[in-house]
Amino acid sequence: MAVITVERKPLTFLERTYLPQIAGGLKTTFKHLIAPKKTLEYPEQRPAIPVGYRGVPTLVKDPNGREKCVSCQLCEFVCPPKAIRITPGEIPADQADRAHVEKGPQAFDIDMLRCIYCGLCQEVCPEEAIFLQNQFSMSGYTRAEMVNHKDRLYELGGTLPDAHHKWDKKKAAEEHGNAH
Amino acid sequence: MFDFYFEIPLVIRLILQGLAVIMVIFPIAGACSMAERKVAAWIQDRPGPNRAVVPWVAWIPFFGKFLQRLGVFHVMADGGKMLFKEDSLPGHVNKFYFVLAPIVAMIPALTTVVAVPFGAYFDAAGKLIPIGLAPLDIGMLAVFAVSSLGVYSAILAGWASNSKYPFLGSVRASAQLISYELSMTLAVLPVFLWVNAPGTEGTMGFARVVEFQSQPGFLGGMWFGFLMPISAFIFLVALFAETNRQPFDTVESESDLVGSFHTEYGAFKWGLFFVAEYSHMIVGSGVFMLLFGGGWNPLPWVSLATAVDFLGTFLPFAHVPLFVGILSIAIFMGKVLAMIFFFMWVRWTLPRFRYDQVMKIGWQKLLPLSIANLLFYAIAIALIQK
Repeated sequence: MAVITVERKPLTFLERTYLPQIAGGLKTTFKHLIAPKKTLEYPEQRPAIPVGYRGVPTLVKDPNGREKCVSCQLCEFVCPPKAIRITPGEIPADQADRAHVEKGPQAFDIDMLRCIYCGLCQEVCPEEAIFLQNQFSMSGYTRAEMVNHKDRLYELGGTLPDAHHKWDKKKAAEEHGNAH
Repeated sequence: MFDFYFEIPLVIRLILQGLAVIMVIFPIAGACSMAERKVAAWIQDRPGPNRAVVPWVAWIPFFGKFLQRLGVFHVMADGGKMLFKEDSLPGHVNKFYFVLAPIVAMIPALTTVVAVPFGAYFDAAGKLIPIGLAPLDIGMLAVFAVSSLGVYSAILAGWASNSKYPFLGSVRASAQLISYELSMTLAVLPVFLWVNAPGTEGTMGFARVVEFQSQPGFLGGMWFGFLMPISAFIFLVALFAETNRQPFDTVESESDLVGSFHTEYGAFKWGLFFVAEYSHMIVGSGVFMLLFGGGWNPLPWVSLATAVDFLGTFLPFAHVPLFVGILSIAIFMGKVLAMIFFFMWVRWTLPRFRYDQVMKIGWQKLLPLSIANLLFYAIAIALIQK
């Protein structure tokens, strides 16, 4: 590789007095003094959340208002800090609208003191039931408060549009005898 | 109208005047700490502290919001915190000198104000009477003598803290102050050489210097800052060093000395150091403005008398001594506050000089420059004044 020798010019007298540099610096800082401020005043002004942001993990429901999670526990297994605890449960027989859903979680806890917001749970979920959404601030006064239970997770998650309608397809297949 | 005031015994009158000046300097020093934070924020493109507000002020529709945005109430919150938090006394310090140091810092800082006139009015005969606590004839000498006592507080604090960073800081402080005192004094000499022309009454007072800058004519109305730019520059640089401001912040240099001589201090004692530093800045800026910035004259070539005569054309009370006094004090305070803003502006522009650079600038650059400057003006003044 060729070595390029850069010529270092000796400083001129004015440069050695350092004064023009000080004047230039003062000019720059004065420009900033009167320039519009660049910070957000946080609680009132919120930052725009970029697409793909990984905020607090939440559980979502399908467009029919049913739980999407089938308590397969993949997220529990993949979670690096072991923040997720799932108690699998059966779907009660008396709920007609969930008749074709295979399973559901009895309890679903995410300990936000452990969660590292890595998003592996979202990546691993086969049912697209868990999403890291836009909420970025999570606070509480006790350790217990920092554990998000199932109802809280659904409250945070809401309903997201669904491309598959898996349970509707399953229901249709069962009704019309159109097996795979 | 104010006769009752002059019937009060002189001692009580002087105490009242002294208290009045302290009552002005203390809040200004407090406000300066806020201004420092605000200027810092603005220069860094932030809005700065703007949250604290007293409820009943917040109810005032527009003005309350403005005060809150300005961070005025943060000053009170900070001051209140400083007053009421636990005033701890570390176990390893020399208690007597530890407590003495902030007091020693405060005394010279407030004493120098005595010799500094901060306004003027014209008596019935049209003679300029300076307003000040003590119109001393040794003005400049008194300021130099007393303000350099401030270094003792740094030495006392550093030594009494019985800890190595404060000690290093106080050694630096004393070395720096002594180095720059010299150039500062030499820079001021040409001014007094010029003012004390042969045949006039000799004086080291500030009032005479300001009067000298308010004469008619092109040279007469010129401020010394224009006549002697090198002197003004040396004085300004030395002033930055004397008040331990950036870029001569080596004394405090929190990155290498924790907090220098006030590392072990907290609460009110620390606050006293803080106020003393700002008082030094205020008095130093005042002295600079008196010597090189025309004192209470509003503009170069526009003296206070001219301004009052101009105002007299449409204000009937313009020649009342009280009005002239207030006007001159306002002009002077405006200039001093502008200087303090300059201090802050420079602080957020320049990085701190290294300690060896500080010494090099002081001894190898400023001192020869100030000696050459003194020689030049001594010869020039001798030729001009014959």
